[in-house]
Amino acid sequence: MKGDACLNATTSDVPLKVLAAMSGGVDSAVAAARAVDAGWDVTGVHLALSRQPATLRSGARGCCSVEDANDARRAADVLGIPFYVWDFAERFAADVIDDFVAEYEAGRTPNPCLRCNEQIKFSALLDRALALGFDAVVTGHHAQLADGELRRSVDAGKDQSYVLAVLTPDQLSHAIFPLGDSTKDQVRAEAAARGLSVADKPDSHDICFIADGDTQRFLTDRLGERPGDIVDADGQVLGEHAGTFGFTVGQRKGLNLTTPAAGGKPRYVLSISPKSNTVVVGDKAALEVGAISCTAPVWISRRGSDEFDCAVQLRAHGMVSPARVRLDPDGGLTARLDRPQFGVAAGQALVMYDGDRVLGSATITATSR
Amino acid sequence: MAYLDHAATTPMLEEVISAMSATMSEVGNASSLHAAGRRARRTVEESRERLAASLDAGPSEIIFTGGGTESDNLAVKGIYLARRAENAARRRILVSAIEHHAVLDAVLWLGSHEQAQVELLPVDEVGQVHPDTLATAIARDPGSVALVSVMWANNEIGTVQPISELAEVAHQWDIPFHTDAVQAVGTLDVSFARSGVDALTVTAHKLGGPYGAGALLLSRDVNCVPLLHGGGQERDVRSGTLDTAGVVGLSLAAELAVGRRSEMAQRLTGLRNTLIAGILREVPEARINGHPTQRLPGNVHASFRGCEGDSLLMLLDAKGVECSTGSACSAGVSQPSHVLLAMGADEATARGSLRFSLGHTSTESDVEAVVGAIGGVVERARRAGLANAVRR
Repeated sequence: MKGDACLNATTSDVPLKVLAAMSGGVDSAVAAARAVDAGWDVTGVHLALSRQPATLRSGARGCCSVEDANDARRAADVLGIPFYVWDFAERFAADVIDDFVAEYEAGRTPNPCLRCNEQIKFSALLDRALALGFDAVVTGHHAQLADGELRRSVDAGKDQSYVLAVLTPDQLSHAIFPLGDSTKDQVRAEAAARGLSVADKPDSHDICFIADGDTQRFLTDRLGERPGDIVDADGQVLGEHAGTFGFTVGQRKGLNLTTPAAGGKPRYVLSISPKSNTVVVGDKAALEVGAISCTAPVWISRRGSDEFDCAVQLRAHGMVSPARVRLDPDGGLTARLDRPQFGVAAGQALVMYDGDRVLGSATITATSR
Repeated sequence: MAYLDHAATTPMLEEVISAMSATMSEVGNASSLHAAGRRARRTVEESRERLAASLDAGPSEIIFTGGGTESDNLAVKGIYLARRAENAARRRILVSAIEHHAVLDAVLWLGSHEQAQVELLPVDEVGQVHPDTLATAIARDPGSVALVSVMWANNEIGTVQPISELAEVAHQWDIPFHTDAVQAVGTLDVSFARSGVDALTVTAHKLGGPYGAGALLLSRDVNCVPLLHGGGQERDVRSGTLDTAGVVGLSLAAELAVGRRSEMAQRLTGLRNTLIAGILREVPEARINGHPTQRLPGNVHASFRGCEGDSLLMLLDAKGVECSTGSACSAGVSQPSHVLLAMGADEATARGSLRFSLGHTSTESDVEAVVGAIGGVVERARRAGLANAVRR
C-alpha cells in the first residue's frame, strides 16, 4: 500500500493523523483497517448525507441510512478507533443533489459520484479535516495513488479512477486510497478475516440519494412535468415526453413512441434540447461520436505538448477508446477518438489515461461524428 | 479522562452495585405466592417506600417502569387517552417547546394517531415557560385541554422551570400536570407532594443507579390508560414482572442522591461557576445559554459561534474531555437543538454548542481539563468552520 506525498513528509516517530471516511460498506472499512495497520492515528467518520435518513437500508441502494452509520460504527469498534458521524447533508444537497437536478434540467447527464468526490469528500470533508489537524483523508476507493500519480485499480472491474479523476493534485496530495492494489474479492476476504461484519454486505449500486432507483420520478418531483415533443431528425413528431430532463443521450428504453420506426429499428435519444423542450430520436448510427469537445480540464499529470495521444474513458465503467487530444486556445480540449463511441452525453466526464495512469479529466460539452 | 456528561448518564454508585448484586443472586417473582415470591415482593415494596420517602410521595403513587422514556410515554399517552375517554372534547395537549423527545415525540405521535392537538408552549430567551403563557393557552378553551407537561429542568440548557406555579395554573382548571424530573432529582428539591404535580418522571441512571429502571409518580386520583397489558402489576397501569434488582437500584440511588442533595448542589454550583468563568476567560466571545441562576447546579451550556459542535466534541474527546453537543442521539447525527431554536437562537449558534454536565464524580481537575483545552479547541474548530464556509 502506498499513500502520497504527505506520507513522505512525515517522520517515523510522529504517526500520520488521518480521517477515514467510512460509509458502512466493506471497502471503506478495510481501507480504515489498513490505515490502522500502517501505524497511523486513525479517526473514523461517517458522512450523514441525507436530511431524512431511513432507519434501515433497502436493497443495494442508499449509503446514508442509520443502519449504514451503525455498520460503519461497528467496523470502527472492531478496529478500535474513535468514530463520529458528521452531518454534511446540507452541503450534499447543495453541491451534489441540486447540481444533479440542474444538469438534467439543462439537458446534460451528470455523474453525482464524481461530484461528491470533488465537492464533498475531497473538499468539504478534506477542508474540515485539515483545519482540525488531520493530514489526509482515507477512503475505500478502488484506485492507486502514489507519488502524485493516480492509477487504475488492479481490479479492472471495480476500478474507480474515473470518478476520482476530477480531483486536483492539491486534493490528491491529501488523499489516501489503500485498496488500489487489491481486488474486491481480496478486500472481502480480508474483511472477513478481520472479523468485520460488513464483509458480505452487498456492493452499493446506482445513485445513493434516489432510494428506489427511479431517477425520472425523482426529477419530476423536483422539476414538475414539462410535457413536450419527441421528434425525429427532420422534426416530425413521434411522441410526447413529460420533461426533457427524463432523458439521456443514447437512451433507448422508456421512449413510449406512438409512431413506429420504419423497418422496426430501435430508436435512441440523439439529443436533448431543454430550450425548445424537445427530445430528438433516431437510429443507432446517428449516435456515433468521433470527436468530443470538453471544458474545464483538471490535470493530474499533464502531457508536455498541446496535442498528445492517450486513451479516453467516457463513462464510469467502459466506453474507452484510444484518442488524440488537442488543447484548445479557449482553455477547453477536443478529443478525436480512434474508435467511435455511441451515446456520449454532455455533462459526463472525459478522463484521459496513459496506460493505467490518469492524466486528467474534463467535462463533455459537445460531440460530433 | 474528564467525564462531563452526567446529564447523559452517571457512573453507578458502589453501594448501588452491591445492593443490586445481592438482589440479583436471589430468585423470586414479586407476583409469586410462595416464600421466594414473598421475599421478592417485600424487597420491591420496601424499595417503593424508600423511593416514595425520597421524593415526598406516597408508596401507592409509585409505578415502576423501564426508565425515563417509558415513564414519559406512559404519562402523556396514558393520561391523554384516559382524559379523552372521559370527555371526547379533551384533545389539546400543552407541552413546553423544549421538552425531551421522550415527551415531545410521544405527544406528536398522539397528534398523528390519536387526534390530539399538540400546542408547544413558547419559552423565553433563557428557556423558561411563564405561568402566564400557560394560563393564556389554557384559557383559550379550557374544556379541551387533556393535559399539560412541562419538564422540571431542561436536559440540555439546564434551565429550571417554575413547576409549582405552572402546576397551580393547570389545577385552576382541574387539568392534570405531568413533569419530567429526570434531570432534577438529586440536585434540586423535588417534592411530589409540595410541587402539586400529578405525574412525575424519574430515572435511575441519572442518579448513580442502573439503566433501564425508572418510575412514574402518579397521583391516585389521576386516571392513566396502560400502555403495557399483561399481569396487572403496578396498579394495572404497567404490567410486567418487576425487576427487583432494578427497583432496588433505583430506590437506593434516589435515597442516596436526595440525602446528599444540598451538599452536592452546593459543590456542583461552585464547580459550575468556575467552569463558566474559565470558559469565558479562555473564549471571551462564548455565550452561556440558559438561565443565569435558575439552572441545574451541574449544567454548563455554551455556544461558540463559527464552530461546529461536532468538531468541538471530537477535538475535546481526543484530549480526554467527554461532553455532549446536546442530548445523546441514537443516530449519532447532530441536529440543531430544538431547545436552542425555541429560545430564539439561530441555527449556526445552535449547531456550535456544547453541554458540560457535572455530577457526583466531578472534580476540580475535570473543570481544569476543560478550561485548559477549550481555547485551542475552539480556535481550531473555528478554522474548520471557516474552511467549510469559504467554498459555499
